[in-house]
Amino acid sequence: MKLDEITSTASRATREGFGAGLLELGRQNPNVVGLTADLMESLQMHHFQAAFPERFFQVGIAEANMMGIAAGLATGGKIPYTGTFANFSTGRVYDQIRQSIAYSHKNVKICASHAGVTLGEDGATHQILEDIGMMRMLPGMVVLNPCDFNQTKAATIAIAEYHGPVYLRFGRPAWPIFTPENQKFRIGKALHLTSGKDVTIFATGHLVWTSIEAAKELAAQGISCEVINIHTIKPLDEEAILDSVSKTRAVVVAEEHQRNGGLGDAIANLLVHQLPVPMEYVGVKDAFGESGKPTELLDKFGLGKKDVLWAVKDVLDRKRG
Amino acid sequence: MADISQLKELAAQVRRDIVRMVYNCQSGHPGGSLGCTEFFVALYGNVLKHKPKPFKMEGKGQDVFFLSNGHISPVWYSVLARSGYFEVKELNTFRKINSRLQGHPATHEGLPGVRIASGSLGQGISVAIGAALAKRLDQDKRWVFCLTGDGELEEGQCWEAIMAAAHHKVDNLVVTVDWNGQQIDGPTEQVMSLGNLPAKWKAFGWDVLILEEGNNLEAVIAMLKRAKRRTGKGKPVVILMKTQMGHGVDFMVGTHKWHGKAPNAEQFELAMKQLPETSLGDY
Ligand SMILES: Cc1ncc(C[n+]2csc(CCOP(=O)(O)OP(=O)(O)O)c2C)c(N)n1
Ligand SMILES: [Mg+2]
Repeated sequence: MKLDEITSTASRATREGFGAGLLELGRQNPNVVGLTADLMESLQMHHFQAAFPERFFQVGIAEANMMGIAAGLATGGKIPYTGTFANFSTGRVYDQIRQSIAYSHKNVKICASHAGVTLGEDGATHQILEDIGMMRMLPGMVVLNPCDFNQTKAATIAIAEYHGPVYLRFGRPAWPIFTPENQKFRIGKALHLTSGKDVTIFATGHLVWTSIEAAKELAAQGISCEVINIHTIKPLDEEAILDSVSKTRAVVVAEEHQRNGGLGDAIANLLVHQLPVPMEYVGVKDAFGESGKPTELLDKFGLGKKDVLWAVKDVLDRKRG
Repeated sequence: MADISQLKELAAQVRRDIVRMVYNCQSGHPGGSLGCTEFFVALYGNVLKHKPKPFKMEGKGQDVFFLSNGHISPVWYSVLARSGYFEVKELNTFRKINSRLQGHPATHEGLPGVRIASGSLGQGISVAIGAALAKRLDQDKRWVFCLTGDGELEEGQCWEAIMAAAHHKVDNLVVTVDWNGQQIDGPTEQVMSLGNLPAKWKAFGWDVLILEEGNNLEAVIAMLKRAKRRTGKGKPVVILMKTQMGHGVDFMVGTHKWHGKAPNAEQFELAMKQLPETSLGDY
């Protein structure tokens, strides 16, 4: 696609995409069940609950128990979708996920909203920036971070077709919608948004849109960026990444996550073995978040458009030597 | 279904298996395993409707069992093998490299009979609730059983689960607590008092049954059957089962010291004298 053809006319939260996807999926697949730990509306699961009350379980403020019940439902052949904030979907229940879900290979979909700093005013207790790292460390766990309403909806529906544990990460704020409605979501398939020759920007989640905006600005300055949407952090689309990098030979990775352990590390791990090239990270530098408006926080923690611009310029300097 | 004398013979053989397995690899948990031998023999030999072969993960139309206190894997493995889930000789691989009989139960290597990993304590009741809800959704009239330790109940997740089971009226579930009063660091009363355990379960909305003689096979069978009859009335059912840790080997009895320790050669000889061979034969 041409860069200036990628536009957005509306904004909605990715969690609303999840809610819409779950409702649609509920109609398609009678085995899908939902669980929440007192965050039904935050996760937008009330649509599913209203349509399928007998297939929805409120477990109260007890996330560990929720993960266990989900594992048991999966053992009985159901496809459970758990819903709570990303922090309480991962760090709070790491051992329950590890033993009862990942190691036991249960078909549980861990659906995590309010990931990253964009949850805003609630502050660092709620703003998890380590969840991608924790989840991608677990053997066999699929890790997804779709970029907008439409893609989150599609991902929610698609993961029911895959048998095994999935971590689906999304966020709180309204965010530009720029991917097609009713798209087909393919786990593990990177989405090539626009071609370029100077640098590849690999982005995930909210920062895909940020990267597109940065690429537009860079294009005006004569810098040609290839932007690739890595909605699946694990399994990583190695072929797409190597294809692009062998052409551009310079990489920027952008994510709303710690630099430690996230998509950047996943890509660095691949490139260091197969195709070492200059690489820059756009991510949080070993810090906890804080209260504020989402855009203020993105700015303060180095996750804004300006940060992508700087990273591209830095990496191009290094590429030129 | 076997008659009681056959089941007693099986229990005697299972006790031999437990001590031999733990001795063989010089690790594992004999205390709780010996204490729960009657429970497992009663459950698999007389109470569960189950089909060992081919093993089906979902267990539709069958009763399913979850072991939450996964460290007592020796007794479970022995009973599974002797109920036809896998070959008895595989017990010889317990805790060894490339074995399906992991130190703590796992699905990862595909061991028939195991439906969830356990070992990290406190998770099994939650899982059992999920499986029971799945049966309810499928209108499957069979039961879900779960065993948990008493020390294990110190984990907060257990009480989250206990609360949730009552709230959701999970009445196709029978949880049994191995109420042996022991855990790793000492008697539960010293490590972390459980207080009035029956009153706690009752207050959380469960139908509470107390079994004084958890090492009396007839009593365990009768109690499990009674518990089954109490289901279907809007409440989950718990059996608080008093057992003796290490039951059957006099020097292992009633002390936390044999929670997770293997006997040496001398102790092994002593134990074997107290656990004579049976017609079922060793693995
Ligand atoms: C989450 C967790 N914490 C600690 C342990 C270590 N551990 C294994 S068994 C055990 C004692 C369990 O006591 P109880 O449930 O009474 O079992 P029993 O000793 O009677 O067999 C402990 C602390 C563990 N396996 N899991
Ligand atoms: Mg105990």
